[in-house]
Amino acid sequence: MIGIIDYGMGNLHSVFNAFLSLGKKAKIISKPSQLEGVTHCVLPGVGAFGDAMSILNKSGMSDAIRDYVKTNKPFMGICLGLQLLFESSTESPKIKGLSLIKGNVVRFKGKVKIPHIGWNQLKIKKNSPLFKGIEDGSFVYFCHSYYVEPKEKVTIGETDYIKNYASVINKDNIFGIQFHPEKSQAIGLKILENFTKL
Amino acid sequence: MLAKRIIPCLDVKDGRVVKGVRFVHLRDAGDPVECAKAYEKQQADELVFLDITASHEKRNIIIDIVRRTAENVFMPFTVGGGIRNLADIRNLLNAGADKVSINTAAVKNPKLIKQAATKFGSQCIVVAIDAKRVVDEKRNKGWEVYVNGGRIPAGKDAIKWAKQAESLGAGEILLTSMDFDGTKDGYDIELNRRISESVKIPVIASGGAGQPKHFKDVLTVGKADAALAASIFHYGEFSVSEIKEYLKKEGVNVRL
Repeated sequence: MIGIIDYGMGNLHSVFNAFLSLGKKAKIISKPSQLEGVTHCVLPGVGAFGDAMSILNKSGMSDAIRDYVKTNKPFMGICLGLQLLFESSTESPKIKGLSLIKGNVVRFKGKVKIPHIGWNQLKIKKNSPLFKGIEDGSFVYFCHSYYVEPKEKVTIGETDYIKNYASVINKDNIFGIQFHPEKSQAIGLKILENFTKL
Repeated sequence: MLAKRIIPCLDVKDGRVVKGVRFVHLRDAGDPVECAKAYEKQQADELVFLDITASHEKRNIIIDIVRRTAENVFMPFTVGGGIRNLADIRNLLNAGADKVSINTAAVKNPKLIKQAATKFGSQCIVVAIDAKRVVDEKRNKGWEVYVNGGRIPAGKDAIKWAKQAESLGAGEILLTSMDFDGTKDGYDIELNRRISESVKIPVIASGGAGQPKHFKDVLTVGKADAALAASIFHYGEFSVSEIKEYLKKEGVNVRL
């Protein structure tokens, strides 16, 4: 059973629908007790870092996520969900993230359009079961203004926007994806399917 | 490298696609969801539904279409047309739309952009601008914003309005040239270039596509980040993939 964490901000249905289309069972989770029976947990997201963390803290989901991760069952953050895995973000400087990965979240700077919206390439930096059947350089859909700067060796995929930044990370059973697999057509669905097979 | 996007637009009235889509053997060419699936197969980068349903009572029909699209199509899509307030935006996003595009309501109440961007994030707030050239005897004196489906001049300069929309938190500008829309003579390159150079958010060009070269021109000289078109795709003159293959050959970075 795939658990998709709801923190009242994003549109979870796209992620939910994507798993359903793959023939997987999924449920929406908004309180810790609902994590029971979940084998694969997903933290999706759009919205602001600070708002998301305060909702996760209030509902007790922050601690529940930390406990879940200790069980070694696969966990995946998508977009803002990836950013929340880190220690802090310049988007909401006073708010602490889940701090499961060392590093910070910063805003794009330079002569480019922000948000980074559209299809960009995923450069595979390290083999991972998540990338099974995915070609290096595949186009996937992005929509974000902030990106992660890990302080530990967790980057398994990069994308070039002003510079190469970490667009996919993995540390033990924790995965994080900056793009939207649920919006990246066949390639995105393949990545989600790979995740369910971990 | 970030690819330039090609975006088909479907006009939807009372839940049905108007200006029938003829390009594929669809079971029901009037069904927006069937059309969306067909465009996904053609490698469209995104989709836009423009709801032109006149009666506000029938507006819930689009919600059902959005829900069914989100269940069947795994690509980003935007819904525009008739959005008046935060509740309208919330309903569309909750049903599965990735972005909403606001036009008249934003001009009448610019604060709506800020409220919506704060509440739902800039990434899902597209501000649509219908712009028409202001022509003096000799030269182009700029572009004026029109509202209510292009019927009423708003007394705003399009470049200034685009900048204001950006500062209020818009995530993208969907820019339609009223002079070129429907002509098939190409996009308004100058308008797109001027706006694109004036803002730091992506600009989606709209209005005038008739030939593959028009896409190339607006995405290169016109500096647009994406190009939207309707009839060129619906009537099967060119498929989205054909346009993208042409662009790739011409050195424009597209996803294929």
